[in-house]
Amino acid sequence: MSLGMVLLGVLAERPAHGYDLKRAHDDRFPSARRLAYGQVYATLARLERDALVELAETTRGAGPDRAVYAITDKGRAELLAWLDAVESPGPYPAEELVRKTITSLHLGADADGFLVHQRAAHLAAMRRLTLDRAEAPELGARLAIDHALAHLDADLRWLEETRDRVARETTGTGGRQVAERTGGDR
Amino acid sequence: MNGPQPEPGTGAASDPIAPLLSARAVHKTFGATPALRAASLDLYAGEVVAVTGRSGSGKSTLLHCLAGVTVPDTGTIVYDGQRLDQLPTDDRSRLRRRHFGLVLQFGQLVPELTAAENVAIPLLLERRRRASAQAAAMEWLDRLEVADVADARPAAMSGGQAQRVAIARALVTSPRVVFADEPTGALDTVTGDLALQVLLSATRETGAALVLVTHDNRVAAAAEREVVLRDGTVDVPATAGRPESGRP
Repeated sequence: MSLGMVLLGVLAERPAHGYDLKRAHDDRFPSARRLAYGQVYATLARLERDALVELAETTRGAGPDRAVYAITDKGRAELLAWLDAVESPGPYPAEELVRKTITSLHLGADADGFLVHQRAAHLAAMRRLTLDRAEAPELGARLAIDHALAHLDADLRWLEETRDRVARETTGTGGRQVAERTGGDR
Repeated sequence: MNGPQPEPGTGAASDPIAPLLSARAVHKTFGATPALRAASLDLYAGEVVAVTGRSGSGKSTLLHCLAGVTVPDTGTIVYDGQRLDQLPTDDRSRLRRRHFGLVLQFGQLVPELTAAENVAIPLLLERRRRASAQAAAMEWLDRLEVADVADARPAAMSGGQAQRVAIARALVTSPRVVFADEPTGALDTVTGDLALQVLLSATRETGAALVLVTHDNRVAAAAEREVVLRDGTVDVPATAGRPESGRP
Protein backbone atom coordinates (compact mmCIF):
# COMPACT_ATOMS: atom_id res chain seq x y z
CA MET A 1 0.00 0.00 0.00
CA SER A 2 1.67 3.16 -1.15
CA LEU A 3 -0.70 5.79 0.26
CA GLY A 4 1.61 6.01 3.25
CA MET A 5 4.56 6.70 0.96
CA VAL A 6 2.62 9.32 -0.99
CA LEU A 7 1.73 11.12 2.28
CA LEU A 8 5.33 10.82 3.43
CA GLY A 9 6.29 12.44 0.12
CA VAL A 10 4.17 15.48 0.98
CA LEU A 11 5.48 15.60 4.54
CA ALA A 12 9.06 15.44 3.23
CA GLU A 13 8.48 18.91 1.82
CA ARG A 14 6.83 20.43 4.89
CA PRO A 15 4.93 19.47 8.01
CA ALA A 16 1.20 19.29 7.38
CA HIS A 17 -2.06 18.32 8.97
CA GLY A 18 -4.55 15.81 7.67
CA TYR A 19 -6.53 18.29 5.62
CA ASP A 20 -3.38 19.53 3.82
CA LEU A 21 -2.43 15.95 3.06
CA LYS A 22 -5.81 15.12 1.58
CA ARG A 23 -5.68 18.25 -0.58
CA ALA A 24 -2.16 17.55 -1.78
CA HIS A 25 -3.05 13.96 -2.64
CA ASP A 26 -6.20 14.90 -4.54
CA ASP A 27 -4.34 17.63 -6.46
CA ARG A 28 -1.45 15.38 -7.40
CA PHE A 29 -3.58 12.45 -8.46
CA PRO A 30 -6.68 14.01 -9.95
CA SER A 31 -7.67 10.79 -11.70
CA ALA A 32 -7.50 8.77 -8.49
CA ARG A 33 -10.41 8.39 -6.12
CA ARG A 34 -10.68 11.31 -3.65
CA LEU A 35 -9.14 10.46 -0.32
CA ALA A 36 -11.51 10.08 2.60
CA TYR A 37 -10.39 11.75 5.84
CA GLY A 38 -10.76 8.43 7.59
CA GLN A 39 -8.11 6.97 5.25
CA VAL A 40 -5.78 9.88 5.88
CA TYR A 41 -5.98 9.60 9.65
CA ALA A 42 -5.75 5.81 9.65
CA THR A 43 -2.65 6.03 7.48
CA LEU A 44 -1.12 8.75 9.67
CA ALA A 45 -1.77 6.62 12.74
CA ARG A 46 0.05 3.72 11.12
CA LEU A 47 2.96 5.94 10.06
CA GLU A 48 3.18 7.34 13.59
CA ARG A 49 3.08 3.86 15.10
CA ASP A 50 6.00 2.89 12.84
CA ALA A 51 7.86 6.08 13.82
CA LEU A 52 7.89 7.35 10.23
CA VAL A 53 6.06 10.55 11.22
CA GLU A 54 5.68 12.38 14.50
CA LEU A 55 3.31 14.88 15.93
CA ALA A 56 4.96 18.27 15.46
CA GLU A 57 2.38 20.56 17.04
CA THR A 58 -1.27 21.06 17.60
CA THR A 59 -2.78 24.22 16.17
CA ARG A 60 -5.91 25.81 17.49
CA GLY A 61 -8.41 27.31 15.12
CA ALA A 62 -12.05 28.12 15.27
CA GLY A 63 -12.90 24.43 15.02
CA PRO A 64 -11.34 21.44 16.69
CA ASP A 65 -7.58 21.24 17.35
CA ARG A 66 -5.50 20.19 14.38
CA ALA A 67 -2.53 17.89 14.68
CA VAL A 68 0.42 18.86 12.46
CA TYR A 69 2.64 15.95 11.48
CA ALA A 70 6.28 15.96 10.40
CA ILE A 71 8.37 13.28 8.75
CA THR A 72 11.08 11.61 10.85
CA ASP A 73 14.58 10.65 9.71
CA LYS A 74 13.41 7.06 9.56
CA GLY A 75 10.42 8.13 7.48
CA ARG A 76 12.64 10.02 5.06
CA ALA A 77 14.90 6.99 4.65
CA GLU A 78 11.91 4.72 3.97
CA LEU A 79 10.52 7.18 1.46
CA LEU A 80 13.78 7.42 -0.47
CA ALA A 81 14.12 3.65 -0.50
CA TRP A 82 10.60 3.36 -1.95
CA LEU A 83 11.31 6.00 -4.61
CA ASP A 84 14.41 4.12 -5.64
CA ALA A 85 13.04 0.58 -5.64
CA VAL A 86 11.90 -1.07 -8.83
CA GLU A 87 8.31 -2.33 -8.76
CA SER A 88 7.57 -5.97 -9.37
CA PRO A 89 6.44 -5.93 -13.03
CA GLY A 90 3.11 -7.61 -12.66
CA PRO A 91 0.38 -8.45 -12.38
CA TYR A 92 -0.84 -4.82 -12.29
CA PRO A 93 1.84 -2.44 -11.07
CA ALA A 94 0.75 0.47 -13.25
CA GLU A 95 -0.80 2.68 -10.61
CA GLU A 96 2.19 2.29 -8.34
CA LEU A 97 4.48 3.41 -11.17
CA VAL A 98 2.43 6.58 -11.56
CA ARG A 99 2.27 7.31 -7.82
CA LYS A 100 5.97 6.82 -7.39
CA THR A 101 7.00 8.83 -10.42
CA ILE A 102 4.83 11.82 -9.53
CA THR A 103 5.95 11.76 -5.90
CA SER A 104 9.55 11.57 -7.05
CA LEU A 105 9.14 14.52 -9.42
CA HIS A 106 7.61 16.63 -6.65
CA LEU A 107 10.57 15.94 -4.43
CA GLY A 108 13.17 16.44 -7.15
CA ALA A 109 14.35 12.88 -6.48
CA ASP A 110 15.91 10.65 -9.15
CA ALA A 111 12.76 9.91 -11.13
CA ASP A 112 14.74 9.34 -14.31
CA GLY A 113 16.90 6.69 -12.65
CA PHE A 114 13.80 4.96 -11.38
CA LEU A 115 12.20 5.01 -14.85
CA VAL A 116 15.35 3.57 -16.43
CA HIS A 117 15.62 0.75 -13.92
CA GLN A 118 11.91 0.05 -14.04
CA ARG A 119 12.19 -0.29 -17.82
CA ALA A 120 14.88 -2.92 -17.37
CA ALA A 121 12.70 -4.81 -14.87
CA HIS A 122 9.68 -4.67 -17.17
CA LEU A 123 11.68 -5.84 -20.16
CA ALA A 124 13.15 -8.69 -18.11
CA ALA A 125 9.61 -9.77 -17.20
CA MET A 126 8.62 -9.63 -20.88
CA ARG A 127 11.67 -11.69 -21.74
CA ARG A 128 10.65 -14.42 -19.26
CA LEU A 129 7.10 -14.43 -20.59
CA THR A 130 8.33 -14.58 -24.18
CA LEU A 131 10.37 -17.66 -23.33
CA ASP A 132 7.42 -19.20 -21.48
CA ARG A 133 5.18 -18.57 -24.46
CA ALA A 134 7.58 -20.32 -26.82
CA GLU A 135 7.32 -23.39 -24.60
CA ALA A 136 3.61 -23.23 -23.82
CA PRO A 137 1.89 -26.17 -25.50
CA GLU A 138 -1.67 -24.86 -25.17
CA LEU A 139 -3.09 -22.06 -27.29
CA GLY A 140 -4.94 -20.81 -24.21
CA ALA A 141 -1.71 -20.45 -22.26
CA ARG A 142 -0.13 -18.54 -25.13
CA LEU A 143 -3.11 -16.19 -25.33
CA ALA A 144 -2.92 -15.52 -21.59
CA ILE A 145 0.77 -14.71 -21.95
CA ASP A 146 -0.03 -12.41 -24.90
CA HIS A 147 -2.42 -10.54 -22.61
CA ALA A 148 0.23 -10.07 -19.93
CA LEU A 149 2.79 -9.03 -22.56
CA ALA A 150 0.41 -6.42 -23.97
CA HIS A 151 -0.04 -4.87 -20.52
CA LEU A 152 3.67 -4.82 -19.79
CA ASP A 153 4.26 -3.30 -23.23
CA ALA A 154 1.74 -0.55 -22.45
CA ASP A 155 3.53 0.18 -19.16
CA LEU A 156 6.85 0.27 -20.97
CA ARG A 157 5.58 2.78 -23.48
CA TRP A 158 4.34 4.93 -20.61
CA LEU A 159 7.76 4.71 -18.93
CA GLU A 160 9.48 5.83 -22.14
CA GLU A 161 7.03 8.62 -22.86
CA THR A 162 7.30 9.85 -19.30
CA ARG A 163 11.07 10.14 -19.55
CA ASP A 164 10.72 12.07 -22.80
CA ARG A 165 7.99 14.31 -21.46
CA VAL A 166 9.81 15.10 -18.24
CA ALA A 167 13.02 15.81 -20.14
CA ARG A 168 11.22 18.13 -22.53
CA GLU A 169 9.09 19.97 -20.00
CA THR A 170 11.68 20.53 -17.31
CA THR A 171 14.80 22.46 -18.12
CA GLY A 172 16.39 22.16 -14.67
CA THR A 173 16.26 19.23 -12.33
CA GLY A 174 14.67 20.98 -9.37
CA GLY A 175 11.65 19.36 -7.87
CA ARG A 176 9.95 22.72 -7.37
CA GLN A 177 9.95 23.40 -11.05
CA VAL A 178 8.45 20.03 -11.74
CA ALA A 179 5.95 20.56 -8.97
CA GLU A 180 4.69 23.66 -10.77
CA ARG A 181 4.38 21.76 -14.02
CA THR A 182 2.44 18.96 -12.43
CA GLY A 183 0.11 21.44 -10.83
CA GLY A 184 0.71 20.72 -7.18
CA ASP A 185 2.68 22.11 -4.28
CA ARG A 186 1.53 25.65 -4.02
CA MET B 1 42.18 -5.95 -53.75
CA ASN B 2 45.01 -8.31 -54.27
CA GLY B 3 47.57 -9.71 -51.95
CA PRO B 4 47.28 -11.61 -48.74
CA GLN B 5 44.70 -10.49 -46.28
CA PRO B 6 44.21 -11.72 -42.78
CA GLU B 7 41.14 -13.87 -42.69
CA PRO B 8 38.96 -13.25 -39.67
CA GLY B 9 38.44 -16.18 -37.40
CA THR B 10 41.89 -17.60 -37.87
CA GLY B 11 44.20 -15.55 -35.68
CA ALA B 12 44.78 -15.06 -32.01
CA ALA B 13 41.92 -12.61 -32.25
CA SER B 14 39.47 -15.51 -31.99
CA ASP B 15 39.65 -15.30 -28.25
CA PRO B 16 36.43 -16.92 -27.02
CA ILE B 17 35.89 -14.32 -24.32
CA ALA B 18 36.64 -11.31 -26.50
CA PRO B 19 33.68 -9.74 -28.22
CA LEU B 20 33.18 -10.88 -31.79
CA LEU B 21 32.22 -7.39 -32.85
CA SER B 22 32.91 -4.23 -30.94
CA ALA B 23 32.07 -0.57 -31.49
CA ARG B 24 34.00 1.92 -29.38
CA ALA B 25 33.21 5.61 -28.95
CA VAL B 26 31.66 5.83 -32.38
CA HIS B 27 30.70 9.25 -33.72
CA LYS B 28 28.79 9.73 -36.93
CA THR B 29 27.36 12.98 -38.24
CA PHE B 30 25.12 13.50 -41.24
CA GLY B 31 25.43 17.12 -42.34
CA ALA B 32 25.09 19.11 -39.14
CA THR B 33 23.16 16.42 -37.34
CA PRO B 34 25.05 14.08 -35.03
CA ALA B 35 23.50 10.62 -35.37
CA LEU B 36 25.90 8.85 -32.99
CA ARG B 37 27.85 10.36 -30.12
CA ALA B 38 30.39 8.12 -28.42
CA ALA B 39 28.26 5.02 -28.91
CA SER B 40 29.84 1.75 -27.81
CA LEU B 41 28.58 -1.80 -28.01
CA ASP B 42 30.12 -5.25 -27.63
CA LEU B 43 28.60 -8.23 -29.38
CA TYR B 44 29.63 -11.75 -28.39
CA ALA B 45 29.48 -14.82 -30.59
CA GLY B 46 26.06 -16.41 -30.75
CA GLU B 47 24.21 -13.90 -28.59
CA VAL B 48 21.00 -12.04 -29.35
CA VAL B 49 21.09 -8.31 -28.57
CA ALA B 50 18.29 -5.81 -29.07
CA VAL B 51 19.21 -2.23 -29.90
CA THR B 52 16.26 -0.05 -28.98
CA GLY B 53 15.46 3.64 -28.79
CA ARG B 54 13.07 6.23 -30.15
CA SER B 55 13.16 7.07 -33.83
CA GLY B 56 16.14 9.31 -34.44
CA SER B 57 18.09 7.86 -31.52
CA GLY B 58 20.76 6.54 -33.88
CA LYS B 59 20.01 2.84 -33.76
CA SER B 60 19.98 2.25 -37.51
CA THR B 61 23.18 4.26 -37.90
CA LEU B 62 24.84 2.15 -35.23
CA LEU B 63 23.71 -0.99 -37.04
CA HIS B 64 25.13 0.33 -40.31
CA CYS B 65 28.46 1.11 -38.64
CA LEU B 66 28.60 -2.32 -36.98
CA ALA B 67 27.72 -4.04 -40.25
CA GLY B 68 30.38 -2.13 -42.17
CA VAL B 69 27.80 -0.47 -44.40
CA THR B 70 28.85 2.95 -43.09
CA VAL B 71 32.19 4.08 -41.70
CA PRO B 72 32.13 6.14 -38.50
CA ASP B 73 33.66 9.65 -38.44
CA THR B 74 35.66 8.73 -35.35
CA GLY B 75 35.79 5.69 -33.10
CA THR B 76 36.58 2.10 -33.94
CA ILE B 77 34.71 -0.96 -35.18
CA VAL B 78 36.57 -4.18 -34.54
CA TYR B 79 35.34 -7.48 -35.97
CA ASP B 80 37.20 -10.54 -34.83
CA GLY B 81 40.42 -8.62 -34.30
CA GLN B 82 40.18 -6.55 -37.49
CA ARG B 83 39.56 -2.81 -37.72
CA LEU B 84 36.49 -2.82 -39.93
CA ASP B 85 36.51 0.98 -40.13
CA GLN B 86 40.01 0.96 -41.62
CA LEU B 87 39.44 -1.64 -44.31
CA PRO B 88 39.35 -0.47 -47.94
CA THR B 89 35.81 -0.40 -49.27
CA ASP B 90 36.18 -3.54 -51.40
CA ASP B 91 37.61 -5.58 -48.57
CA ARG B 92 34.92 -4.35 -46.24
CA SER B 93 32.22 -5.35 -48.73
CA ARG B 94 33.75 -8.76 -49.14
CA LEU B 95 33.99 -9.33 -45.40
CA ARG B 96 30.40 -8.16 -45.03
CA ARG B 97 29.16 -10.58 -47.69
CA ARG B 98 30.97 -13.51 -46.13
CA HIS B 99 30.47 -12.90 -42.45
CA PHE B 100 27.34 -10.78 -42.06
CA GLY B 101 23.70 -11.20 -43.01
CA LEU B 102 21.24 -8.34 -43.20
CA VAL B 103 17.45 -8.39 -42.79
CA LEU B 104 15.57 -5.13 -43.29
CA GLN B 105 12.05 -3.99 -42.53
CA PHE B 106 10.70 -4.49 -46.03
CA GLY B 107 12.80 -7.48 -46.97
CA GLN B 108 14.48 -5.61 -49.84
CA LEU B 109 14.09 -8.51 -52.22
CA VAL B 110 14.88 -7.87 -55.87
CA PRO B 111 11.43 -7.65 -57.48
CA GLU B 112 12.46 -9.11 -60.86
CA LEU B 113 13.90 -12.28 -59.34
CA THR B 114 12.17 -15.33 -57.88
CA ALA B 115 12.49 -16.24 -54.22
CA ALA B 116 15.10 -18.89 -55.00
CA GLU B 117 17.12 -16.48 -57.15
CA ASN B 118 16.96 -13.81 -54.44
CA VAL B 119 18.27 -16.21 -51.82
CA ALA B 120 21.05 -17.38 -54.15
CA ILE B 121 22.38 -13.83 -54.79
CA PRO B 122 24.89 -13.65 -51.91
CA LEU B 123 26.39 -16.99 -53.00
CA LEU B 124 26.62 -15.95 -56.65
CA LEU B 125 28.42 -12.78 -55.57
CA GLU B 126 30.90 -15.06 -53.87
CA ARG B 127 31.31 -16.90 -57.20
CA ARG B 128 29.62 -20.08 -56.13
CA ARG B 129 28.48 -22.14 -59.10
CA ARG B 130 24.89 -21.48 -60.06
CA ALA B 131 23.67 -25.02 -59.47
CA SER B 132 25.25 -25.18 -56.05
CA ALA B 133 23.91 -21.73 -55.11
CA GLN B 134 20.41 -22.72 -56.24
CA ALA B 135 20.57 -25.92 -54.23
CA ALA B 136 21.63 -24.07 -51.09
CA ALA B 137 18.89 -21.50 -51.65
CA MET B 138 16.27 -24.25 -51.96
CA GLU B 139 17.53 -25.87 -48.80
CA TRP B 140 17.05 -22.62 -46.86
CA LEU B 141 13.63 -21.93 -48.35
CA ASP B 142 12.61 -25.42 -47.31
CA ARG B 143 13.99 -24.94 -43.82
CA LEU B 144 12.01 -21.73 -43.38
CA GLU B 145 8.87 -23.37 -44.80
CA VAL B 146 8.58 -21.19 -47.90
CA ALA B 147 9.75 -23.73 -50.49
CA ASP B 148 6.33 -23.44 -52.12
CA VAL B 149 7.06 -19.86 -53.23
CA ALA B 150 10.55 -20.67 -54.58
CA ASP B 151 9.51 -19.76 -58.14
CA ALA B 152 7.36 -16.77 -57.17
CA ARG B 153 8.45 -13.16 -57.45
CA PRO B 154 8.17 -10.92 -54.36
CA ALA B 155 4.98 -9.19 -55.59
CA ALA B 156 3.19 -12.54 -55.48
CA MET B 157 4.18 -13.29 -51.88
CA SER B 158 2.54 -12.30 -48.61
CA GLY B 159 4.51 -10.00 -46.29
CA GLY B 160 5.33 -12.88 -43.99
CA GLN B 161 6.56 -15.07 -46.86
CA ALA B 162 8.72 -12.26 -48.26
CA GLN B 163 10.30 -11.72 -44.85
CA ARG B 164 11.09 -15.44 -44.53
CA VAL B 165 12.72 -15.33 -47.95
CA ALA B 166 14.75 -12.31 -46.80
CA ILE B 167 15.80 -14.24 -43.69
CA ALA B 168 16.84 -17.18 -45.88
CA ARG B 169 18.92 -14.81 -48.01
CA ALA B 170 20.62 -13.39 -44.90
CA LEU B 171 21.48 -16.86 -43.61
CA VAL B 172 22.47 -18.66 -46.81
CA THR B 173 26.15 -17.71 -46.46
CA SER B 174 26.26 -19.04 -42.86
CA PRO B 175 27.12 -15.61 -41.45
CA ARG B 176 28.55 -15.19 -37.97
CA VAL B 177 26.45 -12.09 -37.35
CA VAL B 178 22.94 -11.35 -38.57
CA PHE B 179 21.72 -7.75 -38.42
CA ALA B 180 17.98 -7.19 -38.49
CA ASP B 181 16.63 -3.64 -38.76
CA GLU B 182 12.98 -3.56 -37.66
CA PRO B 183 12.51 -7.06 -39.09
CA THR B 184 8.84 -7.21 -38.14
CA GLY B 185 8.06 -3.54 -38.73
CA ALA B 186 6.07 -4.10 -41.90
CA LEU B 187 4.10 -7.09 -40.59
CA ASP B 188 1.04 -7.43 -38.38
CA THR B 189 1.67 -8.63 -34.83
CA VAL B 190 1.00 -12.33 -35.31
CA THR B 191 2.79 -12.60 -38.68
CA GLY B 192 5.68 -10.54 -37.29
CA ASP B 193 5.90 -12.78 -34.27
CA LEU B 194 6.13 -15.88 -36.47
CA ALA B 195 8.83 -14.25 -38.65
CA LEU B 196 10.75 -13.31 -35.52
CA GLN B 197 10.57 -16.87 -34.20
CA VAL B 198 11.91 -18.09 -37.55
CA LEU B 199 14.76 -15.60 -37.39
CA LEU B 200 15.60 -16.54 -33.79
CA SER B 201 15.55 -20.28 -34.32
CA ALA B 202 17.51 -20.07 -37.58
CA THR B 203 20.27 -17.95 -36.00
CA ARG B 204 20.30 -20.19 -32.94
CA GLU B 205 20.72 -23.30 -35.09
CA THR B 206 23.57 -21.80 -37.09
CA GLY B 207 25.22 -20.24 -34.01
CA ALA B 208 25.14 -16.75 -35.52
CA ALA B 209 24.93 -13.70 -33.28
CA LEU B 210 21.86 -11.58 -33.89
CA VAL B 211 21.52 -7.80 -33.57
CA LEU B 212 17.88 -6.78 -33.53
CA VAL B 213 17.25 -3.09 -34.09
CA THR B 214 13.71 -2.34 -33.02
CA HIS B 215 11.40 0.16 -31.38
CA ASP B 216 9.02 -2.68 -30.51
CA ASN B 217 9.35 -3.83 -26.90
CA ARG B 218 7.94 -7.24 -27.76
CA VAL B 219 10.72 -7.77 -30.28
CA ALA B 220 13.27 -6.47 -27.75
CA ALA B 221 11.95 -9.01 -25.24
CA ALA B 222 13.03 -11.80 -27.58
CA ALA B 223 16.67 -10.76 -27.13
CA GLU B 224 18.94 -11.88 -24.33
CA ARG B 225 19.88 -8.32 -23.52
CA GLU B 226 19.03 -4.81 -24.54
CA VAL B 227 21.09 -1.77 -25.43
CA VAL B 228 19.09 1.45 -25.34
CA LEU B 229 20.17 4.36 -27.50
CA ARG B 230 19.17 7.89 -26.62
CA ASP B 231 20.32 10.88 -28.64
CA GLY B 232 23.02 8.86 -30.33
CA THR B 233 24.58 7.37 -27.24
CA VAL B 234 24.07 4.25 -25.15
CA ASP B 235 21.67 5.10 -22.38
CA VAL B 236 21.35 2.07 -20.19
CA PRO B 237 23.85 -0.65 -19.52
CA ALA B 238 22.01 -3.90 -20.01
CA THR B 239 23.03 -5.03 -16.54
CA ALA B 240 20.88 -2.43 -14.82
CA GLY B 241 19.39 -3.90 -11.71
CA ARG B 242 17.88 -2.77 -8.47
CA PRO B 243 16.22 -4.51 -5.61
CA GLU B 244 12.50 -4.70 -6.07
CA SER B 245 10.26 -2.85 -3.70
CA GLY B 246 9.58 -5.04 -0.71
CA ARG B 247 6.22 -3.46 -0.17
CA PRO B 248 3.11 -5.37 -1.13
